Parts: sequence; structure tokens; C-alpha cells
Amino acid sequence: MSKLWILVFGATMETLSMVFFSTLFSLILGLPLGILLSATSPEDQGGIIPHPVLNNVLGRIVNVLRSFPFIILMILLFPLSRLLIGTSIGTTATIVPLSIAAAPFVARVIETALKEVDPGVVQAARAMGSSNFQIVRKVLIPEALPSLVSGITLTIINLIGYSAMAGAIGGGGLGDLAIRYGYQRFRGDIMVVAVVVILVLVEVIQVIGNKISAKLLARR
Amino acid sequence: MQIKLHNLKRTYGDLHAVNGISLEIPSNTIYGIIGKSGAGKSTLVRLISLLERPDEGEVYFDDARVDNLQKQSLIQRRRRVGMIFQNFNLFSSRNAEQNIAYPLEITGTPKTEILSRVETLLSLVGLDGRGNAPISTLSGGQKQRVAIARALACNPDILFCDEATSALDPQTTHSILSLLKEIQRKMSLTVVMITHQMEVVRDACDQVAVLNDGVVVEKGLVTDIFANPSSEVTKDFLSHLVGVDEAAEEADKMVQWSKKSGAYTLRFRGGTTDQPILSKISRQLGVDFNIRAGGVQKVGDIEIGTMIVDISGDEPTRKKAIESLSQMGVVVEEEESV
Repeated sequence: MSKLWILVFGATMETLSMVFFSTLFSLILGLPLGILLSATSPEDQGGIIPHPVLNNVLGRIVNVLRSFPFIILMILLFPLSRLLIGTSIGTTATIVPLSIAAAPFVARVIETALKEVDPGVVQAARAMGSSNFQIVRKVLIPEALPSLVSGITLTIINLIGYSAMAGAIGGGGLGDLAIRYGYQRFRGDIMVVAVVVILVLVEVIQVIGNKISAKLLARR
Repeated sequence: MQIKLHNLKRTYGDLHAVNGISLEIPSNTIYGIIGKSGAGKSTLVRLISLLERPDEGEVYFDDARVDNLQKQSLIQRRRRVGMIFQNFNLFSSRNAEQNIAYPLEITGTPKTEILSRVETLLSLVGLDGRGNAPISTLSGGQKQRVAIARALACNPDILFCDEATSALDPQTTHSILSLLKEIQRKMSLTVVMITHQMEVVRDACDQVAVLNDGVVVEKGLVTDIFANPSSEVTKDFLSHLVGVDEAAEEADKMVQWSKKSGAYTLRFRGGTTDQPILSKISRQLGVDFNIRAGGVQKVGDIEIGTMIVDISGDEPTRKKAIESLSQMGVVVEEEESV
């Protein structure tokens, strides 16, 4: 019995670390991309430096990456994992494809949130002599913060799902545990526990995300 | 600060939004720019507030050309221009005082200085003690006051009001206009009010330019234009003004006796409003005036009377009556359709 809990605990920690780091890296990749997507969009959509060509190119890249099935993207990115981490299996190696798969999603989430900001407010900030950087940092991001938090919550939940899938090809974590023990060794109990832990994780993240978002809105 | 516009043009596709506008807006006044929607107001604001560049023409603040500034100097120049909007455009993520602090923050003002400046501005706009109120808890008038304080934070020399009172009820409009007049005097600002409301022009502006289809159709002192409008657009604005403005003082109301409008519009100005002109002429020439509607309103310090009448009698007598009216300083307009 206790061995099961040790297994589950270890796998949960692996999942948490995968999700934490891939969220972090996907934000690092996706945030500038999302800001750039929103900033280069046409002016009537809130673009502060409209650039149709760049906007189009970035939009296409994001769409292509997003339409890739994750499991295939992961296999395609094995060489990159090997280059960056030195191996293509295990928790650490899986962070690479996870981050890259989630980055275009993050970019779209951020783009959408920033575009929701009232163009009139941006115009006011510009008329007061804000630089583009000041508009992004002091106007767009604070104004869009509740939506940004919702979007990031969604990203984390997606990454929990992806990380479970990554288990299928040697990624470690709860998905790996469910497949290797639950499915391949017919341990239904481990399968159930792994799934329940994933459900609980998703629920907890969602509740926390909603709380933060609501709190930000309540202060307005 | 004086603003000079020289032959401004801005085209969007086939639309000549601003089609050759030249204006001189004198320093230290409240200047109105009035026009219906689609007249080119919004574009003109974006051009003179340096948010957009004209296709042709120049903008001068005092004698410095500002429409072709490079990025950095453009940003610096915008910081010396205040602007308020119809929808206030306040930052919802900031409370009242943080909104007012924004322009100071972006110019790198030290924290302690920001605090004291924000206090001063809050009391200037009559919002003492409301500094930490979230924007959503403020009324429309209070929001516009915050916006005015924010626009004045960096001691601008020009204040643009883009339909600043259009979203407010008449009472609030009145109080905001009084505040703007007071601030204009205190800070010797050049205020440019862009509006579609003739009441705003009447109650607040010294001079006005009337826009239509991207050009200025009439400009001058507000009192002159109210007494003697020359363009159809202006007359149309004035005809909507009288009688409609419920909130204005009693004296401003136009009383209408007949639904049918009369054939002649008479405009009296200043001293002539006190004299019994109509009955005098009626006695002298034997014509009858059937008064359809009439009223007196105050424009600045001058009273301007408007009266819509029918004149009975044959053609030559009517002509004579109109002539005598004109001689006595009354402006007579004949309705062509009647």
C-alpha cells in the first residue's frame, strides 16, 4: 500500500515540476509573441505599431504550431530536447516540447486578452505621450490582467493534460504512471489514483485562477 | 499657446475626412469646433492632438511646426498637451489618484512630488478625498473630473476636449463646462472644444469654427455667429438649439405657439431685443406679424432673440417690412420652401 503512495507522490511531483517549468518557459516564449501579435494588428483592433506583414507571418507560425497534434510535435522535438537537455526521455527532457507546444497557445491567449483593452484608453495613453513600451507595461498588461490570469490558468490546465500525454512516450509523471502501471500491468487502482490526482490538480488550479481573477476585478 | 492650422488634409481611401482646413486658434481662449458626425471633427482632433499626421498641410503650436516631429520629440510634445474624451478613457486598473498620477509616472516625476501634485489636482477638480476611489464607483461627472485632473497633471499649455460632455446629462455638462472655464482662466490654457452640441459652444466658447464635409464653413466670435449665422449648417445647429434645451435657464427657452414653422426667421441682437420693433413696423407699414415661435437667449453677455414669424400683406409691403427690419439691425432669413 505504502509503495503505491510513494509511486503516486513521486509521479505527482514530476508532473508538478513539468507543468511549472513548461508554464514558465511557455510564458517566456509566448508573452513577447502575444504582445507582438497584438501590437502589430491593425489600429482599429488596438495595434500600437500596426504591421500587417509581420502580423500575418507571426499569425501563420502560431497557427501551424497550434494545429500540430502534441504527440507528433513531441517526437519531432526529440532532437531539440537532446540538444538542450542531453536526453529525450524523462521529466526534464519533456519540458522542452511541452513549452514549445504551449507557447503558441499562450501567445494567442495573451493576444486576445490585450485586444480586449478599450482602444480609447490606449489612445488616451498615447495622447499623454506614452512610449510604446510604457503603453504595454503600464496600460495594456495592467488593464488586461484579469483576462491574462484566466488565460494563464487555462494554459496550466492544458499543460497538465499535455504532460499526462507525454507520459506515453517516456515523459514521466502521472500520465506515465497511469500507463505503465495502470494499463500495462493491469493495476486498475493505480490508474484510478493517477487520474483522480490529475482531476484534483486541474480543479485546484482552476479554483485558484478564478479567485485571483475575481479579486483583481473586484478592486476596480 | 496659439495653434495654427494651415490647409490640413487627411484622406482615408476615397473619403476626404479633412479637406483643407486652415484655422488660427488664439492663445488663452476657449475655441469651439462644431460639426455633425462625419463632418471631420474626430479626424481634425487626431491631427491637432498629434495622434495622426496630415497628408498635407501643417500644424503650428505658437510658431513651431509640430505635425512632422520625430518619434522622441513627438512624445515630448504630446506630454505638454492635455486631452479629455467623451468616454473618459480612464484606466480601470487604477483608482482615481493613480489615474491622475499616470502622466507624471511616465515622465519620471519623483514619487513625493507625484503625491503632492495629485492632491492639488484632486482639489482643483473638486474631488478632495476621493483619490482612492475605484473608477467604476464614480459617476460620469466625477469620471470626467478625474480625466480633467489627469490631463492637467503635466501643466499642459493646450487642452483638447473631444466631445467631453456628450456622454453627460445637462446638469453635469453645465458643471463640467464651468470647471473647464475656471481652469482655463486659472492656468491661461488654450482650450479647444470639439463638439456637436451648440449649447456647449454657447455656454463655454469665445470663438467657434463650424465644420461640414471636412471644411470650415463658418468661423468667428460665438456672439456674431449666433446673431448672424451665414451657413445652412450653422442655422440648422441653431434651430435645434432653441426650444430643445430643457435644462437651460428659463430665459433660454424658445416658446412655440404653432407647430407649423413660419416663413421668416428674425434674429435680434443686443440692444434691439429691448425695442418694440415689430409693433412699430406694423403700425408704420400696416403689415401684420404672426408670431409662430420666439425666445431670447444669452450668449456670453449678449442677448440674442430669435423669432419665427409670418408676414402678411402683398409682396412690396413685405419687402418693405423686411427692409425696415434690417435697418433696425434685425437679421431676416426667408424660408425658401414656404
